[in-house]
Amino acid sequence: MAEAGGAEALEALVAFGRRLRARGLVVGTDRILTFCRAVAVLGIGDREDLYWAGRLAIVSRPEDLAVYDEVFDAWHRGASGMGLAAPDPDRVRRELAGGPGGAAVGAPTGEESRPPGERAGDPAVARVVASAIEVLRERSFADLTDEERARVDRLIRRLRVRVPLERSRRTRPSARGPRWDLRATLRRSLRTRGEPLERVWRIRRARARPLVLLLDVSGSMGPYARALVQFGFAAMATGRRVEVFCFGTRLTRVTPLLRRRDPDRALAEIGRAVADWEGGTRIGASLKELLEGWSQRAALRGAVVVLCSDGLERGDPALLRAQMARLRRLAHRVVWANPLKGSPRYEPLARGMAAALPSVDVFLSGHDLASLEELAEAVGR
Amino acid sequence: MTPVSGLPFASVDDLQGRLEAHRYLADRGLATAIFLALSLDKPLLLEGEAGVGKTEVAKVLAELLGRRLIRLQCYEGIDAAQALYEWDYARQLIAVRAMEAAEAERHVEDLFGPAFLVERPLLAAIRSGDQAVLLVDELDRADDEFEAFLLEILSEFAVTIPEVGRVAAARPPAVVVTSNRTRELHDALKRRCLYHWIDHPDLDREVAIVRARAPQVPERLAREVAAAVERLRRLDLAKAPGVAETIDWASALAFLGAARLTPALAADTLGAVIKDHEDRELVVERLAEVVGDG
Repeated sequence: MAEAGGAEALEALVAFGRRLRARGLVVGTDRILTFCRAVAVLGIGDREDLYWAGRLAIVSRPEDLAVYDEVFDAWHRGASGMGLAAPDPDRVRRELAGGPGGAAVGAPTGEESRPPGERAGDPAVARVVASAIEVLRERSFADLTDEERARVDRLIRRLRVRVPLERSRRTRPSARGPRWDLRATLRRSLRTRGEPLERVWRIRRARARPLVLLLDVSGSMGPYARALVQFGFAAMATGRRVEVFCFGTRLTRVTPLLRRRDPDRALAEIGRAVADWEGGTRIGASLKELLEGWSQRAALRGAVVVLCSDGLERGDPALLRAQMARLRRLAHRVVWANPLKGSPRYEPLARGMAAALPSVDVFLSGHDLASLEELAEAVGR
Repeated sequence: MTPVSGLPFASVDDLQGRLEAHRYLADRGLATAIFLALSLDKPLLLEGEAGVGKTEVAKVLAELLGRRLIRLQCYEGIDAAQALYEWDYARQLIAVRAMEAAEAERHVEDLFGPAFLVERPLLAAIRSGDQAVLLVDELDRADDEFEAFLLEILSEFAVTIPEVGRVAAARPPAVVVTSNRTRELHDALKRRCLYHWIDHPDLDREVAIVRARAPQVPERLAREVAAAVERLRRLDLAKAPGVAETIDWASALAFLGAARLTPALAADTLGAVIKDHEDRELVVERLAEVVGDG
C-alpha cells in the first residue's frame, strides 16, 4: 500500500486534521488515525470517498458539518495537485506519536485568589467583613463600584444552590421495600443452606432534578447580566445535570464555558461566544429555539427552569405566551427572576412580562445579592 | 482500493446495490459509513431525527450478511443485569429447595452453571461474535453510567463472569448504535465509533423509498405524498414527520383507494403523519398549501 508519494499524502491528511482542529473541532490523534485507515480502505483518488472518510471518522456532531464542508473544500483544492496516494497506517501511527500537535490538552487554570480579608481568621476582621457584606447584600447590581462588584461576584459564586430531588429508575439496596431483590436474597440464602430467611429489598434512587438557567444578556439587562453569570457558576456546583444558556436575540449554550474554573476568563469567552451580548431581546423566539433543539429538550423535562430577564420583549408577546406555556408543561417548576421587580413601584405591565406570568410558578427579583440568595432558595423548594 | 478479507462486498457501490436489493435505499454517505464500519471493525454510530431509518440499517445489514440481529433497546435505568447477563434467581431458589440439605453443599457450584445463566443481548452478541449484528438502539435514553459500561464492552468484546469465567468474541460482531440525540453522547464513545448523521432524504429518494417499502402505493401518489411531507418539514412543526411517517401516510392513502392526494383526503388521514395536537392545528389551516396542486 505504501506507494511512492505515500508520505506526502500522509502529511496532507494529517494537515487536514490540524486545520479542522484549528477551526474548533475536537480532532484527537485517534480520529486522524481512523481517517487515514479509512482512506487506506477506500483509496485516495476519489474526492467523494475522501470527503466521507474524513466526515465519518472525524465529525461527531451535526453542528460541525458546515465547518467540515468548508475546510474540506479548501483543503482538497490545495491538496489535489500533489498526486495523493494512500498512506501506510503504521507510518501514520509513528508520525502521530512523535509529531507536535497531538491530542490537545487544555492547561488547567489556577484556583481563584481571594483577598486576605475574606479568609476566616481574625474575628475583628470577620465582623467588619460581615457588616460590609450586609451593606452589599441589598445594593442593586446597577449601583456597584468595580471593587464592590468583584467582591459581590465572589459572594454570588459561593451561594449554595440546591435542586429538588426526583425519583430515578435506578434502584439501590434498602432496608425496606417495595422491590424484592431476588439476586441479593438468594446470595444471602446460601449462608442459611438455601433457606431464604432474610429478604433483601431495593428502592428507587433519588437524584437531583436537572437545573436549566436562561440568562437574558440583552442591552437592558447590562448591569445585571454579569451577576447572573456568576449565579450560573454557583448553579454549576450543584451537580452534573445543569445547563446554562444566554439569550438576547438568539440562544447560546454556555454550559461548557462555565465549567472553567477561572470566572474572568470564562466571562470573556462567554462574551465572545454570545454574539448579541447587550443587543435587543426576543425571549419568545429564544425559548422556541430552546424547546425545539433536540438535545436541549430532554434536559427540560422535569427540570427546574430559572429565567432571568426584565421581560422587555421586542418580539411578539403571543409567541412568548405560547412558548412559556410549552415550557411550563415540560418543566417541574418555572422560576422567573426580574431585576425590575426590585423597585417597589414595579408592576409587571410590560406586555412580554404580562404574557409570561401565567406560566411562571415563582416570580421574584434578581437585582441584588439578597434577592439572588432568595433565588437560590426558590430553586430548591 | 484494498480488498478487505472476509467482507462480501467489493466496494461501496457494490454494497449500495445490495442494500437496494434488500429494499433499503442508502445514499453514498451512509453506504460508505457501513462499508467502512465493516472494513475497519468499528461500531457505527447513527444520529438523526426520529424516523429517518436508523434502526432499519441494522436490520437490513443482518439480512444482507445473513447474520443474526441482536437488539439491545436502551431505556432509562437500564443496567448490566438487563443488558449483559443475569442469574435465573427463581430457578435457583427452586433448585435449592429441591435439593437435600446434605446434597446442596456439593451442588452449590451447579447453581451458577450455564443452566441458570440468563443471556441478555450483549452477552449474546459476544458469544455470537461475527455471526451477529448488534443493534444498540436509542442509546441516548440510557444514563451516563450505562454508556461508560457499554464503552467497555465495545472496546473488549469480552466479559468475565466470576462464576463461569471469561467469555470473549474471536471476531467482534458488527455494531450499530443509534441515538435520537435527546442528549449528547460522551466523546469517548463517539471516538470509538464512525459517526454518521442521517438527514431526511431528498424528494426523489424519498419517493423511491416509499415505492420500495410500500409497492402497493402508485408512483404518482407516492410523489405527491413525499412532496407534501417535504413541505410539512419546512413548516415550523414541533415534531417534523420522518420517512416512516411518509410511508405510513402513503400506505394509508393507498389503502383507502386514493390515486391522488387531495386536501380532503389529506385532512382525513393527517393522523398518520402529524402526531402533535398543536402541529395539527397549524397544518389544518394550511392544508391547501401543503397538498399543493400536484
